[in-house]
This record gives sequence, C-alpha cells and structure tokens, in this order.
Amino acid sequence: MGNENKLINGWLMLHIALCLTFIFAPIAGSFVFSLNSDRFPSLPLGEFSLDWYRAIWNDPLVWSGFGNTVIVGLIVAVIATILGFGGAYTDYRYNFFGKSFYLALALLPPTIPVVIMGLAMLAFLSRIQLSGSTISVVIAHGVMCSPFAMAIIRLRLSQMDPDLEAAAWNLGGNEWATLRHVIIPFTRPAIFAALFITMAVSFDEFAVAWFVSGLNETLPVKILGFLQGQVSPRINAIGSLAFLSTMTLIVLAQLLLRNPNEGSK
Amino acid sequence: MDASTTPPAIVKFDNVVKKFGDFVAVEKADFEIGQGEFMAIMGSSGCGKTTTLRMLAGLEDPTSGDIYLDGERVNGRATWDRDTPMVWQSLALFPFLTVQENVEFSLKMRGVGKAERAKRARKWLEKMQITEFADRGINQLSGGQRQRVALARALVTEPKILLLDEPLSALDAHLKVRMQAVLSNLQKDLGITFVYVTHSMSEAFAMADRVVIMSRGRIEQIGTPEEIYRAPYNRFVAEFLGSANIFDGVVGAATPGGHMVAYDGGEVDLPASELLDAKTGDKVTFMVGAENVDLAPTDAGQDGLAATVVGEEFLGATATVFLETDDGQELKVQKSHAELKAVKCHAGARLIAHWAPSACHVLPGEKG
Repeated sequence: MGNENKLINGWLMLHIALCLTFIFAPIAGSFVFSLNSDRFPSLPLGEFSLDWYRAIWNDPLVWSGFGNTVIVGLIVAVIATILGFGGAYTDYRYNFFGKSFYLALALLPPTIPVVIMGLAMLAFLSRIQLSGSTISVVIAHGVMCSPFAMAIIRLRLSQMDPDLEAAAWNLGGNEWATLRHVIIPFTRPAIFAALFITMAVSFDEFAVAWFVSGLNETLPVKILGFLQGQVSPRINAIGSLAFLSTMTLIVLAQLLLRNPNEGSK
Repeated sequence: MDASTTPPAIVKFDNVVKKFGDFVAVEKADFEIGQGEFMAIMGSSGCGKTTTLRMLAGLEDPTSGDIYLDGERVNGRATWDRDTPMVWQSLALFPFLTVQENVEFSLKMRGVGKAERAKRARKWLEKMQITEFADRGINQLSGGQRQRVALARALVTEPKILLLDEPLSALDAHLKVRMQAVLSNLQKDLGITFVYVTHSMSEAFAMADRVVIMSRGRIEQIGTPEEIYRAPYNRFVAEFLGSANIFDGVVGAATPGGHMVAYDGGEVDLPASELLDAKTGDKVTFMVGAENVDLAPTDAGQDGLAATVVGEEFLGATATVFLETDDGQELKVQKSHAELKAVKCHAGARLIAHWAPSACHVLPGEKG
C-alpha cells in the first residue's frame, strides 16, 4: 500500500467522486424535492410534506401503470430465468457444432440499441397480432432479460466441480434426478439473483415498452406521459419509489451472488 | 503374464478399445478382475488408466470390445443403472448438502424411504468414524474427514465393487499413508472388489493384490507387485520401477547351463531358464536391480564395469548412487551408507560395478 503514487490516487478519488456525484445527485435531488411542499423545485426549500406521495397514492393512472409493471416484471423474471437457466445449462453440459454462434446469439439482445429492438418488436408483434397488450411487453422484455439470467447462472455453473454431475449419475441419479437434486440446488443462489435482476431490468425498461405496450402502459411509459402533460413534483415521488424498488432488487441479487449458501445448510 | 490363479471374475475387459476422435485412449484392454480382489491400475497421466475406470463405471462407452460386470455385458448401460460407485480425485462431494445427506444421496436416488436411508447412512458414518460430523457442511471438514465421507457415500449401497480414481492424491504424505491403511483394511473387511487408479507406484504396490501397468493406452504388464518388481515384462515397466539398470545384449556361444550374452562392457553367462528360447545371434535386453549391483575399488582386481560416480540420492538407511560408464551408460546402485564408505564412494570417484549372473533378468517383452 505504501508505494502507491499519491497523485494517481488523488485523481482516482476525484474520478470516483465525480462519477458518484453525477449518478446520485439527480436522484438525491429528486428524492429531496419529492418531500418538499413547493410546486416548483427551487431553493430555498419549502416545508416538509408527503403531499406528492399522497397525490400519487390517489391517482388511478399511477396504480394501473404500477400494476402493469409489477405483473410484467414478475412474469418476465420467471420466463427469463427459465430461459436463461436452459441456455446456461446447455452451454455447460454440451459441446456441439456452432456452439460459439449459439452463445453469441443467446447473449446478443442487450447489445442491440433499444430503439431498434423496440421498433423490430413492434413490427414483429403487430404482424402476429400480439402488439399493444401486456403480453407483448412480456415477450419483448423476456427476450431482453434472459441473457442477463443466462450470464448469472452460467457464472455459477462455471464454479461447479466438473465431476459433481457425473458423481450424481454414478450414485444412481438419472439425468433428470441429477438436474433436480444437484444442478438446481447448486445454482439456487444464482437463480434467485437472476429473478431479481431480470425483474429490475424489466421494471426500469422504457423504450421497448413504449413501442409495444399500446394502452397497457408500464410505469416508466406512464411517467413520460405525465412529463409531457405537466411538470409536477409527483414525478419526483414516483421516481424515488421506483429507484427504491429497483435498488432493493439489485441489492438482494448482489447479496445472493456474494454469499452462495455453500456449507451453510 | 498372468501367473497367479484368480478367484471368479467380477470384471472382464474383452478387447476393449476407446478412441476420442483420432486419439486412442485405450488400445486393447483385455483382462479380468477377480471377486474380492484389490486391483490397481497404474501409469503416468494420459496413459488411459482413468478412461479404463470410467468405462467400467459407465461414464464412457467403449469404441469396440465388451465389458462384463458380474457376468453380464454392460456396454451401453448408463452409469446410474450400474452399481459401480466411484471415489473421485476431487471427491465431488455435494457442497449444498450435509455430511449425512451426502451419504444418503444414492439411497435417495434409488427410492429408499427416509427412515431407512437415515439408518443405513448412520451405519456407514459410524463405520467411517464420522458420526459426529453428520450435520455439518462439507466445507467445515478437513481433507481426511472428507475422504471418509466420500467413502461412506460410495459404499452405502453395499456394492460388490468400488472404483477409486486417485483418491489420495490431494492429501499430504503423512495422511496418505494412514488412508492407505484405512483403505486396505476396509477392503479386507468388506471383501469386495476395489479397482484403484493411481500414478503412484508406492500406493499401488502397498495396497494392491495385483497391478495393471499402462502406458499410452496399452497394458504393459499385469501381475502381483512381487512379480512385477522381480520380473518386469519389458523396458517400459523396468524403467517405470525406477531402480533398474537396463542392458542390450546379443546371445553368444552356448555354455553348460545357458548362453553367454555380450553387452556393452562385458559378457555374462545367463541360464537357459532366463533366456527363454533365445538362440545364438538373438538380441536380448536384460536388467539388473540397483540393489543387486556391488561396487569395488579399481585396484581390487574385480571384473566389471568401470564407472565414475556422478551423484548420490539419500534415501534414509540406504542411498542410490548414480555412476556413468566410459560409454556414457548410466548405472544406479543402491547400497547402505557403510558399504558406500567402505569403497570410498564420493562424487568423481572411479569404481568397478559388478554383479552376479543370477541378478540378471531378461525382459521377455523386448525379445527378438
């Protein structure tokens, strides 16, 4: 530790401080103003007030958007995690011709710009008469989220003793029994982490949802609607709540990934 | 090669070949393992020993040839339908299960009820002296304790055969010797067949009734440790043993009891029994064990090979001395420290190496 360059250290600290400021200042600002009684976000602050939270609590539009988001998030988390598990296990277990192509394809969706993804989804889903409904958001988000689940579960599988599965076969478990009693228990922390992360990604996703959701708008799409109509501190309240929900999911996932339950059972 | 009479076979390899693509992992395995026998399969890494074991376990399918288990041909039968539990080099214990759940695993897979499972697992935990750790996780155990869990987990179904793939390689030397004794006693107690894969000659020779020596997919020799040590079949086995001096010679004139054999550095009269059917003019290769070579000072008038001492390896009560003849052949001589002192053996010293004709063993696999 003693021989580190002080100048470089200083620059790194400054760099981190700037990053954190630019990321968290807007969020902190919106959180502070959500508890402020004034109509417009300005200094000095007015009184402490929960009015804006009360306002969104009583707003049926917010509730419908929130309801759509939660339903979509839950279904997407389950579907994406199942798909991700299948993809990761296939990669772990089998070697086949074109495997690197398969992996590239499976992990591709997050690299596609969301606007293009949204447009493509809209074109495709409307052709098969599935656009403009909650199910269309589920499909689109499922496609976008399963690579995240796959990456997380794949990482966990790579930490598994390569003999473990064969050992279970050798002890009398057929392939299905081994999947159930060895592979899934071993990857369980990653499976839960994948559920939380994919839910968070779906929860936050705006662009694709905007293209395909039609009248069944999710919360982020609703927020844009609010902003276009009027600038209301209610947005700050919604934003703060959305931030807290997402952070909770991410933190849960991180805890699971950091603390695999090895040996603690 | 197979001199000893063996009990009825539980395992039979009939011309088994295993290829991975163009790579021949096992060239032609053709041997039997007797009921209740402790069989070691030994060789350096990549020699095909583990592949042979995995074919027996049902984790690999032979490319050609047949494998019989207890009289039944088992080619193509999945490993979960054979009762051939294996103790893995990595142990492969389930980290998300307790010790007892690990031991119960194969019973659970076979649909044994909960109470019965616990009862049978307890019995094996007791036998392996790990009852007190029953509810612990695997990560809370020491290396030796894990070894015992792995054994209990493999033996809980009371199989007729146990496969072991270098299970001791991760242990330190002291624990290794103790676990060797545990395994040896366990095998005698249970009276079941052990097939033990290892690269270590000391492990194989210490525990096994018979040893299969493999190299590059081929079986070089099968026999009891004494047979192999006393009469290696070919140059590979002799070199593998590590303590053999190997000489190439040509069979010369007949003598009353056999033939003279000329080699680099001299002639030796070998008995006909050693020479098998070799005739005058045939090439033979023979070996002399390092412990059977004697050393004498150059001025003692002893016939033999003149050589220079190039190094010495300390082995406790004895030492191995390495010498080089004037032709560049390396000699190994194993002697007590007193004997070495008596001939003033030190690096750079010139000595005469000599041995009795009876110490020579012709390698039958190198004839012709």
